[in-house]
Amino acid sequence: MNRTFLYETHLSLNAKLVNFSGWEMPINYGSQIREHNEVRNNIGIFDVSHMSIFDITGKDSKDFLSYILANNVTKIVEGQALYSLILNHAGGILDDLIVYKLDHGYRVVSNCATHDQNANWFQSNILSFDAEITYRENLGILAVQGPNSSKVLSSSVSKQLMELANFTFIELEGLFVAKTGYTGEEGFEIIGSFDLLSELWDQLISAGISPIGLAARDTLRLEAGLNLSGTDMNTTNNPYESNLGWTVDVHDPDRNFVGKEALYKLKKNNSLKLVGCILESKGILRSGQKIIQGNREGIVLSGTFSPTLQKSIALIRVPNDFEGTAQVEIRNKLFDIKLVCPPFVRKGKIVV
Amino acid sequence: MTDTPPDLRFLASHEWIRLDQETKIATVGISNFAQEQLGDVVYVELPEVGAVLISGDEVAVVESVKAASEVYAPISGEVVEINNALEQDPNLINDSPYDGGWFFKVKVEEDHQENIDSLMTTENYLQRLEEN
Repeated sequence: MNRTFLYETHLSLNAKLVNFSGWEMPINYGSQIREHNEVRNNIGIFDVSHMSIFDITGKDSKDFLSYILANNVTKIVEGQALYSLILNHAGGILDDLIVYKLDHGYRVVSNCATHDQNANWFQSNILSFDAEITYRENLGILAVQGPNSSKVLSSSVSKQLMELANFTFIELEGLFVAKTGYTGEEGFEIIGSFDLLSELWDQLISAGISPIGLAARDTLRLEAGLNLSGTDMNTTNNPYESNLGWTVDVHDPDRNFVGKEALYKLKKNNSLKLVGCILESKGILRSGQKIIQGNREGIVLSGTFSPTLQKSIALIRVPNDFEGTAQVEIRNKLFDIKLVCPPFVRKGKIVV
Repeated sequence: MTDTPPDLRFLASHEWIRLDQETKIATVGISNFAQEQLGDVVYVELPEVGAVLISGDEVAVVESVKAASEVYAPISGEVVEINNALEQDPNLINDSPYDGGWFFKVKVEEDHQENIDSLMTTENYLQRLEEN
């Protein structure tokens, strides 16, 4: 089992550790709900070093990424970040990631569960380009998220962070600090050497900032309406039925990318959509439950109890014309749900 | 750290049962280990008062943020009381699994009482947890 450089630290903070795609990661440090609320209302720090960092360098690095990523990487300049899907040739979703434009190339941060798939996919597609890809296993990632994260990090790391715009980053004395996250709150993802990140972690924990486990990360991202790759979308899904049509541009005649050809047809024929829903009664929506409207069906992708709404919420995939209310089947009984447009929560406020 | 009362009986599926010898009423809940595994409990579905349970049946559901988990009847009998406090405060199961977090009470008929004696004692249960 893989362990991050903070493994011993997590143990000393009474983390409950679980196997997370081959990594022994903190699922909570006592109470997932308390940790969730701490991020919504204040600030929290996550170890997300199980995620994969790849650096792409060489003359053709832009051309390579322009071909392999579904979003258009030529839109970003140095210091900017971009969310993108990677698709297979049939237009199915292999994974999602964030790409950062460095001065000497690009950095990609992608999911842990798909590490081998992505590494192989990048490697086999890079051969026809004058570019090189390196897995940066010697770097870790911390996420500092919550409404007070700018204030705290600008005093503990650098004043410049107060001004940092969303989806941009700066490099400061060995730390790569990006204004990105997976919680729906303002926040940062910080990449650096194990030594520097350990120092930062200890400094923030000593200042009273709560460590947050991956369980709260999941409820935070679900409230924020952010898809989880592998759960809300996989290779059998296209971007249009995954609420991610906005990340793919099939109309740029100057750019060919993996999956583009298939997307024309998928876009025209798409009959499904990914939306949010709220359970009106007590009970919890869970992945795999059936959604019913009239004589047609949809499915719950990820469902949970929302600590902010104090109700159960879910991301669901349903026929395009499902609107208003529907029903969900839980243990052979039907319950009313209300369809909504995600996100559920944005910057601490309920927005549905 | 929650201490486990010594006078309970357990199922391998982590339900506990305590029989009051005088009233012949048995109280049922889930173990501290089970609540730790579940994490924050947010919803409980209890049987109705008057329902007649058959030992081994799925009779309640406990849902944490993470997962739903079935609760099985450790004994046959009629439900005489349910813990209504759990509706408002399901977190009692986390905070007090052997006391405030009980699920329901069952009136145990005489011919079923020895079935309780055949269940794991607290000592056996804790030992089993340690071995696994």
